[in-house]
Amino acid sequence: MRVKVLSRNPDDYVRETKLDLQRVPRNYDPALHPFEVAREYVRALNATKLERVFAKPFLSSLDGHRDGVNCMAKHPKSLSTVLSGACDGEVKIWNLTKRQCIRTIQAHEGFVRGMCARFCGTSFFTVGDDKTIKQWKMESPEYGEEEEPVHTILGKTVYTGIDHHWKEPVFATCGHQVDIWDEQRTSPKCSLTWGFDSISSVKFNPIETYLLGSCASDRNIVLYDIRKSTPLKKVILNMRTNTLCWNPMEAFNFTAANEDYNLYTFDMRFLESPVMVHMDHVSAVLDVDYSPTGKEFVSASFDKSIRIFPVDKGHSREVYHTKRMQHVITVKWTSDNKYILCGSDEMNIRLWKANASEKLGVLAPREKAAMNYNQKLKEKFQFHPQIRRIAQHRHLPKSIYCQIKEQRIMREARRRKELNRRKHSKPGSVPFVPERKKHIVAVVK
Amino acid sequence: MAEEDPAAAAAGSGSESEEGQEDGERRHRQLLEAISALSGRKRRKLAERSEASGQVSEFNVTCKGAGEKLVLSELLQPIHPKSTLGSVRKELARVKRKAAVELPLSKEEAKRVVREAAYVTTSKDVGKWQQVVLQNRRAEQLVFPLRQDIATVTPLERVTSAWKARTPLEQEIFGLLHKTQQPVTDPLLTPEEMASVQAMSLEEARRRRAELQKARAVQSYYEAKARRAKRIKSKKYHRVLKKSRRRQALKEFEQLHKSDPAAALARLEELEQLRMQERMSLKHQNKGKWAKSRAIMAKYDLEARKAMQEQLARNKELMQKVRVEPPEEELCEVLEEDTTALPMPSGANPWMLGRPSGLAPEPEAQEGPRDDIVPGAVENKDKMEEEEEELSEEEALLQDFEQKRRERTGSPEGQGRDHVGADETEIGAEQPRDSPVPPVCAEELVSAGLEPPPQAQEQLLLSEQPRRVRTMEDVENLAKDELVEEQEKLVVLRAGKQAQQQEEGRAGDRHTKKAPAKRKMISLEAVLDGKPQEMDCPSLPVVLEEEEGGIEQRGMITEAFAGDDVVADFRREKRKAEEAGKPQPVNLVLPGWGEWGGTGLKPSARKVKRFLIKPPPAPQRKDQHLPHVIMSEKRNIHAAAHQVSELPFPFERHQQFEQSMRTPVGPTWNTQRAFQKLTAPRVITRTGHIIQPISAEDVSDTAPGSEARLEGEAMPSRKAGPGKKAVSRGKAGPGKKAVSRGKAVPGQKAVSRGKAVPGAKAQPRRCRAQ
Repeated sequence: MRVKVLSRNPDDYVRETKLDLQRVPRNYDPALHPFEVAREYVRALNATKLERVFAKPFLSSLDGHRDGVNCMAKHPKSLSTVLSGACDGEVKIWNLTKRQCIRTIQAHEGFVRGMCARFCGTSFFTVGDDKTIKQWKMESPEYGEEEEPVHTILGKTVYTGIDHHWKEPVFATCGHQVDIWDEQRTSPKCSLTWGFDSISSVKFNPIETYLLGSCASDRNIVLYDIRKSTPLKKVILNMRTNTLCWNPMEAFNFTAANEDYNLYTFDMRFLESPVMVHMDHVSAVLDVDYSPTGKEFVSASFDKSIRIFPVDKGHSREVYHTKRMQHVITVKWTSDNKYILCGSDEMNIRLWKANASEKLGVLAPREKAAMNYNQKLKEKFQFHPQIRRIAQHRHLPKSIYCQIKEQRIMREARRRKELNRRKHSKPGSVPFVPERKKHIVAVVK
Repeated sequence: MAEEDPAAAAAGSGSESEEGQEDGERRHRQLLEAISALSGRKRRKLAERSEASGQVSEFNVTCKGAGEKLVLSELLQPIHPKSTLGSVRKELARVKRKAAVELPLSKEEAKRVVREAAYVTTSKDVGKWQQVVLQNRRAEQLVFPLRQDIATVTPLERVTSAWKARTPLEQEIFGLLHKTQQPVTDPLLTPEEMASVQAMSLEEARRRRAELQKARAVQSYYEAKARRAKRIKSKKYHRVLKKSRRRQALKEFEQLHKSDPAAALARLEELEQLRMQERMSLKHQNKGKWAKSRAIMAKYDLEARKAMQEQLARNKELMQKVRVEPPEEELCEVLEEDTTALPMPSGANPWMLGRPSGLAPEPEAQEGPRDDIVPGAVENKDKMEEEEEELSEEEALLQDFEQKRRERTGSPEGQGRDHVGADETEIGAEQPRDSPVPPVCAEELVSAGLEPPPQAQEQLLLSEQPRRVRTMEDVENLAKDELVEEQEKLVVLRAGKQAQQQEEGRAGDRHTKKAPAKRKMISLEAVLDGKPQEMDCPSLPVVLEEEEGGIEQRGMITEAFAGDDVVADFRREKRKAEEAGKPQPVNLVLPGWGEWGGTGLKPSARKVKRFLIKPPPAPQRKDQHLPHVIMSEKRNIHAAAHQVSELPFPFERHQQFEQSMRTPVGPTWNTQRAFQKLTAPRVITRTGHIIQPISAEDVSDTAPGSEARLEGEAMPSRKAGPGKKAVSRGKAGPGKKAVSRGKAVPGQKAVSRGKAVPGAKAQPRRCRAQ
């Protein structure tokens, strides 16, 4: 007589340790898993909803300044250190993990106009309204030692901004002209001028480090080459540019934060028109900083909000605001691509998550997989109206909301007027000007 | 000299082989020239190129005199007298050419020139990043920081070399080690070890290891196989195995016999010995315990009986006297005997074949027993089995065929062929115009009261045209809808065998029972049928208006458009749309559930009736009373709110988009690996790592080829620039083709408004107006 028994290989179902996950044999026959599109749609919808539910970007506020925060600088070697300068000449160094101020320096009389850290992270420079450039040590002084700058350079005019070279002991300041300084000397290596106006910001290119960009109050952006110590080209926009920032991954691209509520991303080789016009702010954009991955940038605006723009999109993907945040003057994206810091008029520095709904801390592998899957689903179904509606919904303060509405009306009116003008004039006499060209006045060689 | 030029030129190029010919030619030419010189006027001839030669230049410089001798006196002469005024003239020309010194550029201008030059060079410098940037933008995945710090493992030697023995204990140990020549620092291997390592190269060692591994694996396979075989309980298997072994042995023996007769003889002896032993052992008599038990069981158990028989046969065989014969034949004999000893259950008993009994009356099945009857046909056994298999295959085919035929006729098994005929007639009645095959033939078949021979029926089915197929579907639908009624009707049909009666009965049934169900269709048809006559009236006056002798023209037009019957096409289309819109019944019948199952069995009518779920009737079509309009009602506004109405940017066609939607990414539909690959994030950053700006080293790290590109890249043109790309991206928007998944395609939307036949539309409208 034959007895049939089920026989299985224990390797298929016995776990090595009890902490292992049970192996679940799966049958991928599509007939057994019907309605894949519908099911994934529902999952995507849920993921989108959850993303909005968990979108709590605000982490903390660093308070301690006694006047509006005017400038900030990242530590090049330490993620947890950030420096800030206020309008009363005070400089504070913060520890982000403890969310504490670890050091306070009365650096200048009047505003601290600009600050930057040396590429090695051992010292930092500040410029102020008192016409001085000061170099400070990053470490706090020993007990009993006085808080004193390593070097002080007394200039003839007010310096409005400073930036350090990314590799060499060279820094640049701006005021009435752009000065290139050697750290060892008390007079500038060379001064670069092109016309006379106050220059508000100067930035070194992080990749091609000999390149320099500046923006002045006569509405222009000027590029310089410090190898040849000559300006290269000037582009004049409709309104003043407040700051610019180079893309850290794309050597020739930079973004300019403009007074006309827009940001312009330029390719420095083709300055005739910007690569992209980023519009969403409803007031002057005061500062801009790139994410270290070069895919996005964050902008701070006078309209009391900060926005995150993808580099290749004309509109922002995120807007951050709080009730108490006033005009945001300076903004920084941390070097690990995770956080955003913004300093505003009302004396606070705020720490935000760069990705609003991201879960902080260590993720289990399954969590990570689920997160990736949800991300993919959101991406896949992003064009579906219901999902888009949820994903794009943001709460805005009433003032911004109203201003947006108002500006929409204005834009529409302008458009209509142009249409009418075109309709009632000789064909061809009112040309179509693309949005990208509208804001450029001239390019000066 | 000048006269000789051409010849010389020709000769100059000549190779050695051609020299003789060349020489002749030259002489000939010289002769000609001498003659021409005689005539008086001396003509200067240009060197002309008469054949391909490597030494002819565009300046008419020939290497004349290549073969000739150089005369010293020629060299002594000046080439031609030099004029002294040449230098003066040159000077004059230079003075004339020169203007006054230009003014230096203004400071602004000069700066501008410098700027421009600097800008060009700088943008060229920066432009070398173009490829890298594009590559990074297109990358599927970017991992930041770009430069991964690889945790390097310092070799142990280096670690230990820095370390020194300090404590006395350590020193003592070191001393011991030194004594035994143990390496302390650098090589870490004793000289012997080094030697051994060097003795066998890595390759060799690897090969050897692989060989060993393979051998081990093969051994384990064999073991596993043997174990498996041993465990198998099937007697048949073992029988077959034994047989094959025997055959193998025989073959080997034959081989041996051929190659080495002496060894073969020895082997034979051995075999004989074995046989004798077995005979002595009396194993095969009915004395053993097993044999006894078999004897008891044999009464009831077929298997046991068989085993008994086997045993007896073996016994008999062993008891036989051995004939002394040449070894080869004897062996054959032995073998044959062996085979006879084999059990032959199926050979002896035709009923043991295990064929389904139900199919016995089939003509093919009757062939089986004929073969089987041959008693004790041991030699035939294998062949027979093969035949059996064939037979069973044939049967299966036949069954399939039968099944299909039944399905096609759409009638349940038990209800015979009458029903098929009835269906056919119904088709005929419903589609008098459309069906090209007159329904008469089918009807006649039925009316004759005969079952149409299957082949004839098949032919009839096969000869159908596409249109007819559609009607079949119709019928099937109808049959599903009104199965019960049909069954009742069939009862009626069976009751009356006479053809006339059948006709009447069916007609009556159809009129009474089908009428309400088909009302919609009939009314539609009525409308459609009526139309052609209507259409004639308006078309006539129109034509008359346009042209007096328009009949010819009309004739031409009709001739030209004889092929395309727009109206009929439209009607067909509309009918198709209607059919498609009808809700389909849901068939939940599970054959074999609650009753006998198996091939060729049909679920009972009761079951079918119960589990065929009729859907609620569809709401009336909007174009029900509009014969010239098809209104698509596919668009669902409730669903439309959730659907994409415009083709989103990166996609160029709606098929692409739909495809991307259709491929699932989840782990439910993909393997783990595929899932991970599909959901890999675009940008990966590591927590707590500072991401530095890209630099040339990063590029060389990530892509070996791109460094060179970075160096050699020239300033890209405006079109190739990233700006342009972004521009095109920016433009993307609502202007594109609007298509959505499942939603009505723009074209279709228009259709839903009210599609009209292009040709037929105008005419009826006009008709209505009149």
